[in-house]
Amino acid sequence: MSAPLLDIADLRVSFRNDRGEEAEALRGVDLTLEPGKVLGVVGESGSGKSVAMMAFLQLLPPTARISGSARFKGEQLVGMSPSKIRRIRGKAVGCIFQDPLSAFNPVITLGDQIIEAIRLHDRSITRRAALKEAERLFELVAIPQPARRVRQHPHEFSGGMRQRAMIAMALANSPDLLIADEPTTALDVTVQAQILDLLGDLRKELGIGLILITHDLGVVAGMADDIAVMYGGRVVETGPTDPIFYETAHPYTAGLIDAVPTLDADGPLRQIEGTPPSIFSRPPGCSFHPRCGRAQAICMTEDPPLRRLGAGRCACHFPVRTPQEAPA
Amino acid sequence: MLAYIARRLIAIPFLLLGVASVSFLLSQMTKGDPLAALVPERMMDNPEIVAAVKAQWGLDQPLPVRYGIYISNLLQGDLGTSFATRRPVAVDIAERLPATLELVFAAMIIGTIMGVGLGLLSARFRGSVFDGLARIFALIGSSLPIFWSGLILLYLLSVRVALVPGTGRLPPRVEPPPDVTGFYTVDALLAGDLDLFAQALAHLALPALVLGWAVSGVITRLVRSSLIEGLSQDYARTARAKGAPERVVLINHALRNALIPLLTILGFTFAYLITGAVLTEAIFAWPGIGSYAVRGAASLDYPAIGGVTIVGSIAFLLANLLTDIAYAWANPRIKVGG
Repeated sequence: MSAPLLDIADLRVSFRNDRGEEAEALRGVDLTLEPGKVLGVVGESGSGKSVAMMAFLQLLPPTARISGSARFKGEQLVGMSPSKIRRIRGKAVGCIFQDPLSAFNPVITLGDQIIEAIRLHDRSITRRAALKEAERLFELVAIPQPARRVRQHPHEFSGGMRQRAMIAMALANSPDLLIADEPTTALDVTVQAQILDLLGDLRKELGIGLILITHDLGVVAGMADDIAVMYGGRVVETGPTDPIFYETAHPYTAGLIDAVPTLDADGPLRQIEGTPPSIFSRPPGCSFHPRCGRAQAICMTEDPPLRRLGAGRCACHFPVRTPQEAPA
Repeated sequence: MLAYIARRLIAIPFLLLGVASVSFLLSQMTKGDPLAALVPERMMDNPEIVAAVKAQWGLDQPLPVRYGIYISNLLQGDLGTSFATRRPVAVDIAERLPATLELVFAAMIIGTIMGVGLGLLSARFRGSVFDGLARIFALIGSSLPIFWSGLILLYLLSVRVALVPGTGRLPPRVEPPPDVTGFYTVDALLAGDLDLFAQALAHLALPALVLGWAVSGVITRLVRSSLIEGLSQDYARTARAKGAPERVVLINHALRNALIPLLTILGFTFAYLITGAVLTEAIFAWPGIGSYAVRGAASLDYPAIGGVTIVGSIAFLLANLLTDIAYAWANPRIKVGG
């Protein structure tokens, strides 16, 4: 096995609220991504999926306390000095955010924003050359009339085109890793598939590792090599994509898969009862137990560790698929 | 854009006509008697003299006629004759406006540099001791009345330590430079007279600083809060994710967006100060139109009041137009001319 591109181990993040209470947003997360592969990180709002990515890039507000380990190409990112991690952000790691309208600066042309991304990492590139590069990137993400479009402002773009521009900017310095945080959530359904296809094609073409953060299992199903399902600030199930779907182990994952609407199903949409816990009032034991149909006494007191199960790993006292049934 | 500017410029005379009408009517509704300014008190009971004066100034005419005369004179650029100085108001104002403009420009430059600078540093080092001090400094600047801070500073810096000269635009018996712009500092430089320039600058320094401090207070607080808001926006996170250091996020991203509210405040403040620098002018014996307006109001000098009102309105209208143009430049989401 080749050395992992990104290896996160026991990553923890805590915040302090106004009353001085400490709250853990991440409680020991382990994730691994091989070079050129796609990892889908799935979970509801508040599960910690975005926090995990923002944490190792040190993009969280300064009130966040981060511990654990995140090695990117062997280099430890946790605790890295601001000036060193700046050279990784936007260079080796590109980010794509959820809402491309608010993620771009409204008063600067898209071309200038891409020029900035390029020249922040290489001052020797002239503005003119960087603009040419921005046009090439626009062409790469299939934005028509790139020479004209780079001179426009974000509000002159449609949602889908804006997200293409965001992808172009993330690719500006030929990164090894792309982090896409809900890249299609703010877009029209008709555009979502186009953007995902584009992201998938470019990634394959350029051999970039991709972490796709989403609340939508459908989004990762066709794209991800591996999936990590997060709940309550930790990974509850992880493994290769197919077993996650066909040999689902965690009741929460099963609930998520059940909740995906299908065309041939009758009756009401299925949902997971209840709401995800706030990080300031997380239940004791397994944080999913108040919403779990399989919960028993032990679930209320003991948080299950992430145990190997079949092809993946699962943190549950009573997995849907018991270890005995797992194929050898 | 040019068509838009032309349209706005064409509208200005009509707006001014409205302003002049309202100001004329309001001044007619006041209780005071302008005759008190025109006729010496011991001649007040001589009906012949009173009637003669009334006739001379047109005060015997009915209101609509007086209004008609006033407006038709205005259209010919005649602002009337001051009751107090017995000179055309237009001449009085032309003489005094450059003094006010010089003071206001200097104060705006000082206030903007100080305000934007302090706001930037304050936002960058938010919560630090510096931030605290800058905020107190800004609060004092924008809330201390100028007649107090001006007097205290004048006393301390001019009377006690003689760091700056006293009031006025130049020392007594010093001839002003040949009139080109009306700004003594600029004209002295144009005339190549460095001594005179230094004197004019020294006289300008304290009133401009006092007024600039007040301006900077508002700007510091506006810039600081806009920047802090900007730093928490998604686009700031994107910039950081691109590898931008905090200084670049602040200046290239947050400040660019803060320009939009800043321009509004700058335009408004500038227009306001043209007639609003009254207190500063009064304390520093600055011969500008603010002090002219005060004298006019005190003696019911309607033509003078009307003239200052019109100049103030022109300042407001032009400042608004310039603000709108600058706005379109700073905020590409705004299309001017729609």
